[in-house]
Order: sequence, then C-alpha cells, then structure tokens
Amino acid sequence: MSERITVTLNINGRDHTIAVEARRTLADAIREDCGQTGTHIGCEHGICGACTVIVDGEPVRSCLMFAVQADGKKVRTVEGLADGDKLHPMQQAFMDNHGLQCGFCTPGFLMLAVGVLEREPHISDEDLMDVLASNLCRCTGYQNIIKAVRAAAKEMRKG
Amino acid sequence: MKSAPFVRHLPKTLDEALRILAEVAPKDGRVLAGGQSLVPIMAFRLAKPAHLVDINEVAGLDKVTNDGKMLSIGARVRHAAFHISVVDNPLGRLLSTVAHNIAHYPIRMRGTFCGSLAHADPASEWCLTAATLDATLVARSTRGERLIAAKNFFAGIMSTALAEDELLIEVRLPLLSIDTKYGFNEFSRRAGDFAMAASLATYRLQGGKIVDPRIGVGGAEASPRRVASAETAINGQTPGDKAFRAAADAAADAIDPLEDHQTDADYRRDLVRAVVRRALESSAS
Amino acid sequence: MSTHGTKGTGMTWVGRAIRRLEDPALIKGQGRFTGDLSAVHWVRFVRSPVASGKLAKISAPGGTAVITAADLTGVKKITPMLHKFNYKPVGQPVLADGVVRFVGEPIAAVVAASEESAEDIADQVELTINETAAVADARAALEAGAPLVHAEVPANVILEGKFKTPDFDATWNGAAKTVTIEARSRRQNATPIEPRGGHAAYDPATGRVTLTCTTQMPHLTRTAICDIIGFPESDLRVIAPDVGGGFGQKMSLPGEYVVLVWLARRLRSSVAWTEDRRENLIAGYHSRDQYVTLEGAFDKDARLLALKADIISNIGAYSCFPTTCGVEPLMAMAEMSGPYDVQQYQCLARGVITNTCTMAPYRGVSRPVITFTLERLMDKAARAFALDAVDIRRRNLIDKFPYKSAMGLEYDEGTYKETLEMAVKAVNLPAFRRRQKDGRAQGRHLGIGFATFSERTGYGSPAFAARGMEITPGWETVIVAVDPSGFVEVRIGSSPHGQGLRTTLAQIVADEIGITPDMIKVIHGDTDRAPYGWGTFASRSLVISGGATLIAARKVRTKLIKMASHLLEAAPDDIVLADGVAKVAGTDKAIAIAKLAREAYMQTHRFKGEIEPGLTETGHYDPPGTFSNACHAAIVDVDVETGHVTVEKFLVAEDAGRIINPMIADGQVHGGIAQGIGNALLEEIIYDDNGGILTATLADYLPPTAHEMPPIELHHIETPSQNSITKAKGLGEGGAIGAPAAVINAINDALSPFGVEIDEMPATPQRIRAALRNAENAA
Repeated sequence: MSERITVTLNINGRDHTIAVEARRTLADAIREDCGQTGTHIGCEHGICGACTVIVDGEPVRSCLMFAVQADGKKVRTVEGLADGDKLHPMQQAFMDNHGLQCGFCTPGFLMLAVGVLEREPHISDEDLMDVLASNLCRCTGYQNIIKAVRAAAKEMRKG
Repeated sequence: MKSAPFVRHLPKTLDEALRILAEVAPKDGRVLAGGQSLVPIMAFRLAKPAHLVDINEVAGLDKVTNDGKMLSIGARVRHAAFHISVVDNPLGRLLSTVAHNIAHYPIRMRGTFCGSLAHADPASEWCLTAATLDATLVARSTRGERLIAAKNFFAGIMSTALAEDELLIEVRLPLLSIDTKYGFNEFSRRAGDFAMAASLATYRLQGGKIVDPRIGVGGAEASPRRVASAETAINGQTPGDKAFRAAADAAADAIDPLEDHQTDADYRRDLVRAVVRRALESSAS
Repeated sequence: MSTHGTKGTGMTWVGRAIRRLEDPALIKGQGRFTGDLSAVHWVRFVRSPVASGKLAKISAPGGTAVITAADLTGVKKITPMLHKFNYKPVGQPVLADGVVRFVGEPIAAVVAASEESAEDIADQVELTINETAAVADARAALEAGAPLVHAEVPANVILEGKFKTPDFDATWNGAAKTVTIEARSRRQNATPIEPRGGHAAYDPATGRVTLTCTTQMPHLTRTAICDIIGFPESDLRVIAPDVGGGFGQKMSLPGEYVVLVWLARRLRSSVAWTEDRRENLIAGYHSRDQYVTLEGAFDKDARLLALKADIISNIGAYSCFPTTCGVEPLMAMAEMSGPYDVQQYQCLARGVITNTCTMAPYRGVSRPVITFTLERLMDKAARAFALDAVDIRRRNLIDKFPYKSAMGLEYDEGTYKETLEMAVKAVNLPAFRRRQKDGRAQGRHLGIGFATFSERTGYGSPAFAARGMEITPGWETVIVAVDPSGFVEVRIGSSPHGQGLRTTLAQIVADEIGITPDMIKVIHGDTDRAPYGWGTFASRSLVISGGATLIAARKVRTKLIKMASHLLEAAPDDIVLADGVAKVAGTDKAIAIAKLAREAYMQTHRFKGEIEPGLTETGHYDPPGTFSNACHAAIVDVDVETGHVTVEKFLVAEDAGRIINPMIADGQVHGGIAQGIGNALLEEIIYDDNGGILTATLADYLPPTAHEMPPIELHHIETPSQNSITKAKGLGEGGAIGAPAAVINAINDALSPFGVEIDEMPATPQRIRAALRNAENAA
C-alpha cells in the first residue's frame, strides 16, 4: 500500500476529512471514504456517466478525477439535491415523467442535468440533447429522461 | 479497474513543476493535466506511472492570451473554455465549433487543450486543429525552452517530439485573417465518440477564388496533418461541389489509413472523402 | 398520462399511470445497491488472458491469499441439465480447473483488504498456460478437425433440436416460390449500467451466510449455491437489493458468487466483489451470436406455406445455469414462425460450443434474431412477388384464435392484423413514400421498415418442461399480509429490478381490498422474507406474480367481507370494499378496513370460531402463457457516403392485454426499443479468430446514447387475455424483439435503389459502406 494523503472534501456543505491513497478516485472516495453511496460507479473509464457529480460548479466524471484533486473543493452529489423534504425540480420531474426505472444511472443524470442547467439556464434544446448524450441509461430508452429534463429546465428558469 | 499506486506531486509554480518532472520522468513519471485520457488508461492498468506531476495548481498556466498575432493557450486551459469564442477573430469561432465536437460536456470541463496535444491520440480534434493551423508548441524543461512546429510535433499514435522531462506549457495558434472561411466535420458512430475521421479546412477568397487553403485530416492516420494534394486541388478554384469533391478525393487517395476492427482501409478512405468534402461545404455555407 | 399521485377515490387503481412507489428513494440517492456495502475482505478474480489452454501453474506472491480450484475441495461444477435434444451436459468449474476455455474465465480469487490491493496482487499472479488452438466462430467450430472445446462434446455440438411436420415435404415441393435468407446476428452483451457484484457475510451467531448480490433470481441462487458447495439452504440467505438493471444477464448464476459464499464460510467474515466494466464485457455473459438460414415456401398468392430453418447458435464455452444453453437455439426453433399462419415447418437447431464467453438470456432471447430473420424473409418475399411489405403481411398474419402453431404452441387472442393496420395508418405510408421519392432526388436516402411479431410471455412450468429442463421455473407464490395496523405487505418470489412491480402489484391489491397503493409495500428479493419464487425474467412477473397477487388479494377480500358481514350483520353480497372502508351497500353502515384488520388479530373471539385468526393469504399461479403482439415501424435516413444510419422516427402499435400502469408499460417499451436499436446498429462483441476479445471497453462496445434515439410514438390496443387472470400480458421484451427487424428492414428499403441487401446485425456503417462499395464496383 502506498502513502495516504489527508484531504478535506466538502460534500453537500459538510467537510469530510479523509486519508486516501493518491490513486483513490473521487468516485471511490465519495462512496467508500465519505459514505455517500448515492453516486454510482458504472464503468470507471469515463463513458457511462453514472458517477457524475458537481465539483466547484462543474459537472464532472468523478471516476476521472483523483480524490486528492478535490481537496478543499465543493462537491455536490445527489444526496444534496433536495432541500429537506422539498425535492429539487429535476428530481420531481424525473418522478413525474418516469425518467428512471432501475435508478442506477439516475444520480448521474440528475447531477449532469442540474450542473449544466445551472451554468447555462438558457441552453438550446439541441445543445441539451448533446449534453444528455453524455451519460448512458439502459432502461428508459431516454425518452422520459429528455422529457423530464426539459420540464425541469423550464421549472429551474422560473425559480 | 483501480489504478496502480503512484506518487503524486503537486507543484505550485512552473519552476517547481519542471524540477520535479526532471527528477521523476526517468523514474516513470508523467504529467497529469485534465486526466480525461490518462486516468482511463490507468484504470485499465495499460499505464502504470510511478509518479504523477499534477499541474492543476501551477500558477499562470490557465491563461488564454492574444498578442494581436497569436493566440496563446496555457497548459491547463480546459476544452470548455472554448465553448464560447475566446477571441474576436475567425479563430475564436473556429475553436468554438471544434470544441463542441470533443467528447462530452463533463469531459470538456476537465480535459485540456495542451493535454490533448501531448497525449496525441490520432483522433483528437485539437491535434487536428494544431496541425491544420500550423500551431507552435512551447516545450519547457529545466534545460530550457524550445518551440516545436506542429508538423514536427506529432510522431505517431500517442507519440510526440516532447522529451520525457519536457512540459508542454503553451500552444500558440496564429490569428486568422478576418476573411478566413473555415469548416469542420467529423464522423463517429455515436455522439461524442472518438472520431473515425475528421477534417478541418480553412481558406480565403480572392476574386471569388480560393487562396491560402489549409485542409487537415485527423483520425485517419497515425498523426493528423495537412494534406498538400487536397489543398492543391482547391487552390485557385471557385468554391463549390466540383472543387470540394476534387479535394476530398485527393485527401482520400493521399492518406495511409489506420486500420482496426471496425475500420478497414477502404472504409477509412470513404470516411476521409466524406469529412473533407463536408468540412469544405460547411465552410461555404 | 392523465393522473399522478397515489391518493384518489372512486375509481380503480389498475389502468392508471400513477407515479412509482420505487422512485422517492432512488431519486434521492437512497437506493441500496450491492456495491454500497462495505466488507472486511475484497476479492479480485484473476482471469484467463487466453481463449484456450492447459493451466500448468499458478504462482502467487508470498504472503498473499489466492484461492484456486485446488482449494475448493468438494465444490461441484455448475452443471445445468436438459433431458432432451441430445444435450451433452458440461460442467463449469467455479474456478478454472486445469483448462481455460475463454478469455476472461476466472482462474483464481485474490483476497485482500481493499479492492485496490486485491488488484495489485492479482497483477502479480503469474499464470503458466500452455495455449492450445481456439475456435471462436460457431461455423468454424462445426468444421471437421476444429479444436474441441470440451473433449466430451463431439464436433462441439452440445445440443441438437430437430423438428419436421408430417406434410412438410409434400407442401414444400408443391410451392409456387421459395425465398431464402442467410441471416447473421452478431454477439451482444446486455450491459446493465450496474455491473454484477456480490457481498457474502458470515454470521458467527447462527453460522449463516447472507449473500447480497445483483441477481434476478434470489431463491434459485440460494438453491444452486447450496447444492454446489454442499450445505443446507437454511444456512444461506440471498438478498437482491436494488439491482441496477439485468435484462437477463443477472439471471444466470455466476461462479463468482459461489466463490464468495465459500470464502465467507471459510474466513468467517464478510467478502465482496464488484465486477468492473471490463469483466462485465468479457465475462458477464453474451448473447445473440447466431447464424440462421431460413427458407420460406409460398403459394402463388404469396401465402406462406412452409418454413425451413437451420439455426446455429454460438453458446460460448459453457452452458448457463439454470436455463442451459438450450435457451437460444430452442426458443428460436419453437417460435420461428412468429406471428404468421404457417403449418408446415422443418428445423434444425444446434447449440455450438466455442472458446468465447458463455451465452445466456438477454432481453428477448432469440426472438430479436428470429424476428429480424423472418421479417427480412417477408420483405424479400414481398419483392419476389412484387408486393408491398404491408400487403404480404396482411396475407399471412394470424387472425383466428386460439391459434395452434406448427410446433404446437397455442396463441391466445391477439390483434396481429389490427396492430399492423394501426401502425401503417399512424405512420402515414403514402406521405412517407412521397417524402422518400423527393429525398432520393436530392441524394437523401430514407427508408421505412415494418416488423410484426408475437411475444410469448408469462409462461408457466409446462413451457419449460417442454424444453426438457431439469429445473422448470414457471409458477409464482405471493403472500398478501394485512397487519393489525391495516397496512399491507405483498411478499413475492419475483425479483423486480426496474420494472416497477412494487407499484403495479400495489395497484392490483388496492383495487381488491379497497385501500390506496401507498398503504401497500411489496417485499421482494430476500429469501428470508419472500416466498420461494423464480425471480424476474422472460416478461413473466406482471402476468405470473400479478396473477398470484390477485389470487391472494381476492382471498383477503373474501375474508374481509366475511368479517364485515359478521360485524355489520349484513349479507356478504351486500358488502362493498372501497376507500378504506367496508360498507353495506345502500346504507351508511360501515367499518374501516384498518379496524377489520385489527379485529382479525385482536378480537378473534368475535368471529365465533368461524373465521381463522390473522389476515394473511397465499396465492399460487402457474399459467399456460399468453402472446402479446405488436407492429413496429422505423423510419431511417441512411448516409450512403459514410454508411451512418439515423433512426428518424419509431412507431409502435402494441397489444399487451390489459395495461395495469400505462406509464410503466410505455417505459418498458421505450427501453426495449433502445436496446433493439443498439442491436440493429451499434452493439457488437468482437472476437478475433484466436478468441481474443476486441471490445472490452464502452468506447468499443457501443450502447446507444440519447442522441441515437428517435422520438417514439406508441399506440395501444388492449385485448384482455383469457390465459391470464389479471387479463394482462407481458411486454418487457417486445421493444427489443421488434426494433432490430424494423430498423434493418428500413435500411434495406432506403438502399433498395442501390441493389444491396443487409442481412446482418448490427448493420454497422462499415458493413453498409462495404455493401455499397461492392455494388459500385460491380456496376
């Protein structure tokens, strides 16, 4: 085992000070070291997007970042989307539009869509489709994910 | 699919980065920039660097600057920086067009322009851009700095002219004459996948005729390059289907096609023909 | 979707698009998946880097824990059994024992304190393998002199199904025209986004092991592992928690789970393995690798008289448990005639062993392949008779029910012709043909393709017995338990993993006993809590578990009515259960159902011994099976310069009987179509001739993204099934069954001016270009 490095990840507003090997991915650190298992791992090579989280306002693949690189950064995961009992409009829209089936890819899609819409609230429909092509879902055929994200985008622009 | 262990170095200044790189490069050390290509191959343990020099906190490498002749892009400028035009010049719009074709949004948040060049994947859009526009690459080490022309930089599949202790600190792209027309096209099986062929074309018009043509082809050979015969085919011609097809045919003939399990030589030529013509068509639209 | 929410009154719950009861946890990241558990020990499997060889030596670094076949004394091989079709039982050792037969086969299990260190050690394990000649392609494996994958299986043929109707030859010889297709279906991987994984924990207090794993079949997983290792089933609890998609891949038993349970017992501790994506792509079961030659004999009016099929199914290196490798070739043989009325049939179906990853069921099993083959045949026949693709189907689709196929399958009532007409009308065929003509003039190549098909669903044990399976799944048991608080648990043997069964079964129960679905919890995926059952696969759960649920719920209803009749002093026939109360019709006499539930436990003396205590009832259901049907239509745009295909639009007219929840039903169809489009255009596991695998990443194996999906338009007919007590038919696989055929037919329609035909899936751009280039060069 190689040397461990102490870093602090701020996940959904809470600091987690952890000691990890340099090779620990952010995805593994969030799940294993910080116990936030809502972020899922589907491929570990940056294709499926299940591990998408928001780091300092940017939606990124947490399997392609080392945990030590997120030291002192603000990480947002699916667990932090709802405000208490009030669901984020994106979560509500996924429920209302049946945008999930097995639910494994869902956290990644939620963080992708929220991350991009917060940066670009007025993103065109076409660009939004390109964004949604970033992640893989094997259950829904994407129809209802697209519907949900469009509905939530409207809601988020209002908010 | 967990990376093999490595020692991570986190320099804060360029001098420190170069000093560490000089020290660890002979001991299987590598530079970590955006990590969007390196980390996956480490996950598959196809690469097991013993040291990573993480340049993400090196001051001063995150700038895009414009001196009126050249656009200089620092080593940790991300792909996403080019989502919008970074300079009021056709080059800014060209870079924005190309950037939107690179992988997917979250990848563009992290991946860097210079990292793409140093990684030298044959399918890289930025490598194609650098080759087509005759970029100048700035390599620095503790031994000093040298400028490398793009055409001398790419040395085959994932291979470059960089010495192991050199850091690609900057790439310089010439600003384009304001009447420059450009077009880009790439082919991949799914949205966001590596291009199986890509083309970037630029030219100007003088009296309705094409001058200063540049036609670059990427993803088709071991390294991207300008294709002289294709440029000759359109030089002095009126833009249009006839000239564009001639250039596309010339490019398809000229390449030494890469082959893999989904692309034989004939198919690669087909794709080159299509992307060159389409890049030229989009330049004229 | 007209209604949402789980509150409501005065109407039935069945038939409504209520929001899913599964969603609130999943949407907040509170789902509980196997990989979320932590363990003391982590396992990394050392896998074979070569396709075929003798395992001479395994050298592990000193001081490490590396388990090999030699350690697993007494552990039996995984040996599924079929008692028909000249099946040759082959056993699969859970860790390779002296021989390796495919790239990715587990050879050793490294045990370490973390996944990282287990992988570090696995990297240092040295294997000495004397490579032997491998064979990856099924036709090559059939050739004389081909390497034998298992010495005990001559000619690599593990099973051979033969069938011929008595009047076949005479009919064939009397036909006006015969049409042939040589179809090739390449290999796929189901690719659930959650790869497989298991976590086995030993409880020192009881000596029991709890295996939490990504299975679609928890009970049979328990039975199989206990048989293989040799210990009582009561000492193993299997939990399928939230499972991130399965599509069939997670119904077959992985040897890896056996190793985990063995290790947990040996170490008296917890042991976990999370499959990575590379492992999943190379060793997580494959499917659909078939050659099908199909000939059709037609009369002068283009009526199909006879079918002759030769099916070669590449079943990989071993036979999957429990279905056996018969699942693909035998389903292809049994259901080849699909939706058409054809009474003469001859078939040879062979399962061929090769040095490739083992084949297992994947959504649709063989039917995506046979539907593609048969629907290509019909389009070719249409051309031979100068008919429209729609016309030839009109002449041949089944329209009298019940219909008995040449192989003796009984089709219940369906709407084969009606769904075809519905699709043709909805897609506006004449308008499309005009657009196609205009497009061609401008160099744009549009095409339309139709696929009509039947989807056999919800079949019980006789269907599996007909295949000669030693294990015949089919029936389901459901326990509906109303607790003293008036809330309900529905304990089921099915094991949903995305299908929304917690919602749809709650809808069924809610209607029977007059309460709201949010008071009903469906318990599944835990052998300690749910009755023995067969899990979720083969579009069975809503029909079979739904049927058993209805039976149990009706018993509860009867009991509630009887109790209410006692307490309200009214005739049972006058009692109505609705809105949470039992009332006497036409009066204001009523008692809350929650109150009745409490009385059933706490006030049993009031029923004077006439009603048994408690409020728990059990239902069993083993139905004959029912056939859904549909017509799919795809419109594609083929870029003839690059070979790229864009699916512009997809339309479905479907009949899956009574729909319990339209939102969930539509979602199933959408998902199936996406997999079908991937099957038709993108997804392919590729081996080189030596059995090396070339597609071990998701940059090489290509499931579709949102960008590759067209808008999907769905139309429904609901023909209540007489073979299903809920009147519902299954629909989980239909999308995946019909879409490939529709897309490939559309590509062929688009390319018809070029005189090329594509009879291979996936129709990749390079294959399309190669066909066009050959045609250009020939011209």
